[in-house]
Amino acid sequence: MKIVKTHLLTAGIAVGLVAGAAGSAGAQTIKIGDINSYTRLPGHTVPYRRGAVLAIEQINKSGGVMGKKLELISRDDKGKPGEAVKVAQELFLREKVVLVSGSLFSHVGLAISAWAKRNKRLYIAAEPLADALVWSRGNKYTFRLRPSTYMQAAMLAAEAAKIKKAKRWAPIAPNYAYGKDAVAAFQKVLKKLRPDVTFVGAQWPGLFKIDAGAEVQALAKAKPDAIYNVTFGSDLAKFVREGKLRGLFKGRLVVGLLTGEPEYLDPLKGEAPEGWLVTGYPWYEIKANDHATFVRDYQARWKDYPRIGSIVGYNTMLAIHAMLKKASSTDTEKMVAAMRGLKFKTPSGPIMFRAIDHQSTMGAWVGWTKLVNGKGKMINWKYLDGAGYLPSDAEVRKMRK
Amino acid sequence: MGELIVTILTGLSSAASLFLVAAGLSIIFGVTRIVNFAHGSFYMLGAFIGYTMVQAIGGTIVSYWVAVLIAALVVGLIGVLMEILLLRRIYHAPELFQLIATFGVILVIQDVAKEIWGNEDIVSPRAPGLDGAVEIFGQRLPEYDLALIAIAPMVLIGLRLLFYKTRWGTLVRAATQDRQMVAALGVNQRWLFTGVVFLGSLLAGLGGAVQLPKGGADLLMDFGIIAEAFVVVVVGGMGSLGGAFLAAILIGLLNVFGIQIFPNSTLVMMFLVMAVVLVFRPWGLLGKPETPAATGTEIPNEPLRPAVPMVKVLAGLVLAFLIALPLLQELFPTVLDPFVIVQANEILFFVLFAAALHFIMGPGGMVSFGHAAFFGGGAYTSALLVFHFGLPFELAFPAAPIGAALLALIIGWFCVRLTGVYFAMLTLAFAQIAWSIVFQWTEVTEGDDGINSIWPSDWVTPLVLYYLTLGLTVAGVLLIRRIVFSPFGYALRAGRDSPLRSEAIGINIRRQQWFAFTISGAFAGVAGALFLYTKGSIAPTSMEIARSFDALLMTLLGGVEALAGPVVGAAAFKLLEDLFAASEYWRGLMGITIIALVLLLPKGVAGFAQTGVGRRLGLSRAEEVRA
Repeated sequence: MKIVKTHLLTAGIAVGLVAGAAGSAGAQTIKIGDINSYTRLPGHTVPYRRGAVLAIEQINKSGGVMGKKLELISRDDKGKPGEAVKVAQELFLREKVVLVSGSLFSHVGLAISAWAKRNKRLYIAAEPLADALVWSRGNKYTFRLRPSTYMQAAMLAAEAAKIKKAKRWAPIAPNYAYGKDAVAAFQKVLKKLRPDVTFVGAQWPGLFKIDAGAEVQALAKAKPDAIYNVTFGSDLAKFVREGKLRGLFKGRLVVGLLTGEPEYLDPLKGEAPEGWLVTGYPWYEIKANDHATFVRDYQARWKDYPRIGSIVGYNTMLAIHAMLKKASSTDTEKMVAAMRGLKFKTPSGPIMFRAIDHQSTMGAWVGWTKLVNGKGKMINWKYLDGAGYLPSDAEVRKMRK
Repeated sequence: MGELIVTILTGLSSAASLFLVAAGLSIIFGVTRIVNFAHGSFYMLGAFIGYTMVQAIGGTIVSYWVAVLIAALVVGLIGVLMEILLLRRIYHAPELFQLIATFGVILVIQDVAKEIWGNEDIVSPRAPGLDGAVEIFGQRLPEYDLALIAIAPMVLIGLRLLFYKTRWGTLVRAATQDRQMVAALGVNQRWLFTGVVFLGSLLAGLGGAVQLPKGGADLLMDFGIIAEAFVVVVVGGMGSLGGAFLAAILIGLLNVFGIQIFPNSTLVMMFLVMAVVLVFRPWGLLGKPETPAATGTEIPNEPLRPAVPMVKVLAGLVLAFLIALPLLQELFPTVLDPFVIVQANEILFFVLFAAALHFIMGPGGMVSFGHAAFFGGGAYTSALLVFHFGLPFELAFPAAPIGAALLALIIGWFCVRLTGVYFAMLTLAFAQIAWSIVFQWTEVTEGDDGINSIWPSDWVTPLVLYYLTLGLTVAGVLLIRRIVFSPFGYALRAGRDSPLRSEAIGINIRRQQWFAFTISGAFAGVAGALFLYTKGSIAPTSMEIARSFDALLMTLLGGVEALAGPVVGAAAFKLLEDLFAASEYWRGLMGITIIALVLLLPKGVAGFAQTGVGRRLGLSRAEEVRA
């Protein structure tokens, strides 16, 4: 115990020193604030930071931007909106960053966004999926990279609609905003494409508190043809194991939102579900747009393979780089102007930040899960560009008011 | 038919692991009176160590269970380590003070587990020999569920034999009833306590290890289980193993049937059960009323005295500094950057929150585990009035304490019927119910996304808001002091120190406590509103258990027996958080610091004033003696 404590203490001091040394680098660098839930959900956020750091290192190696190097300053938001607002203030007031980026949880992202609007600072949300972030609560100073809940659910619904035998659907989703939005969006799009489907017996386990046996019993009772899964993380593992043992998935189509992301699929190892239609990230097979180079660089730098968080973190920094090049200024208003309609290339394909709602057109990979050599993989996948799954301009204007 | 049977069996199997954890918690509390928050961490360690052991040796049916038992033993030994190095040194500290020490342990274990087992969730293999499912009337049930259903009663029987058929068990039961008497009879308490902590931690570890085939191990397990374990212990009756067993089954069954009927009930079900049970059976299903002998804390606190001149001077200096802070910042921008104002602002409203809690905890003797309900309640009162009715800041802000006080009036009415840990747990239950209403009633509260962009009027610049926060916090703290030294405050303290005598002279203790609870709620509401208007957003996270514990930790860290405790505690806690904020290992650093403070200053940071050194420095009166 004592040894461990000393080890932690040394590590802590070391981190402090490095942070201190970096802080004194001064005006030769352009500082980028990074806020994420590094202790609350490290399985997702640590790959995010690795992707971001890799991008920053590569940008700096090729000369940086505006004659300066980029510097990323990371803070933990502890999964709390109040804490996130405080570290945003610290980053701007103490560290003198020019913008903040990052975050994963929707309530955290929404709080930073509201603060950014009030204080006229730029916030580039990387991962929060809440639709409200760019639509009903969108504002001038907030941009979002990752395809939102609505976009990903719409992609899955469009694919699911093609399977004619699935008529009676039972959703299971964690009992919070993301889960509810994901079910509502899927239901809306699927019903539009397939007026003959019905939804029965929705289940709402508490986030990371699933009583999987009970939930599987309840789902089976509803006798659905198809199941729409929104659970992830430890909930997903428990759900898959109970569902398999109790024969829930036998003869049923299962569609899983985010289930194919390595963060959630890989821990399942040999028990990864087979034949599910999912959104995810088949990093091992993507060859287009120099993605293979990204994977090689990432593996060389971190001795680990990329997760979905990694590519999002990488793309976020590429966006910031492209924006600074376009704006040639760190003035917030000029940076905001440059962000609107910003086009740039990424390993996942070309992306644009739409001027109308500040949502990027980054897409998602949709495919089928299969066990390959005892590991869950995605097969027969395709990349769907986000631009095809966004609401119309008229709808956006109505939502953004 | 088959469906019903399988549903019942499913409920019973999910009760098993919960029972093991709760039984361990109950045993530790019964004897040592320690509310061991680190119990959830031991459960998590049981799962991680169990996984590692199973990977290493658990290939066959026999070696699998050997691996599980080894994991439980290792966790038991870690518990012993905690007892010998930490808890043993602070048994004589004020009641509940040990709670922050165990909180420090949680933080350290979180970072250590992350370092050892990594960031990713671990999914455990199935148990050999129990990896399939059985068919019961055409319905499938995992074989392992049957094993779990068998394990729980086996452990219960084993524990009963241990407690009723061995000398050690007899001593443990005796210590649960009256630990001073056991000590007077010459029993070596030290080893009794160590043994009890070993057994309790072992059970937590076992609980974590046996649930592995139902899922695995992850870094969120510790907080995930701890509230549930407390609920089971309290519903069953503190210190009653049979009660814990009954409660675990009750909650397991209610869960499986509950979600079939109300799929949305998952967040709130068990807290509703606890609230109902405690309102009708204040000591749980099979518990007995607590006697003063059992708690071992019949020594009343030192009487509170008005501050000595030295403390007044110090307080004046701090206040002068805070008033001058914005000016100093402008004069010396290299030493003080603009962020210090933000930091000071944040410390101030947490001081007010902690002071509100301290008012009922210290002078009132009521420990609330759910004070975030009023912090969040106040903030949501303002936020909802703005969001739905467009009320201006000038009206919405003062509405916060009113809303929080109303909420406290309702919750307090139920809670003041109870005392001690049962009181604390009922406040927790109501806070969780309030939280889940805010969380789930999306149409009104915007759910867990929270309400954004609630800002004060334009005349309230950040500088004005700072002075508003400073003014309200100072006024609040002084007002609470004034109340403590008013006749009402004296009556409240009398009720805490000697309920019997107070009632004999005609004090209606319950009503005093009820009003005190309401007043405290109002102050917490003001703190919540200040939080809201500083951050611009409010989400249900501000009402969750962690926020309640923040206030609890601040108050305890400062020292419950000192009136300056919450002020010093909140400031110390927040400053430490800021100090470590930039480190990836902030939890480990925070945990170690808390543990060190607890060991060095067992009366809290402000309690330092009442130590020999503190008295010599003139921080408290020299002549004070214990009553």
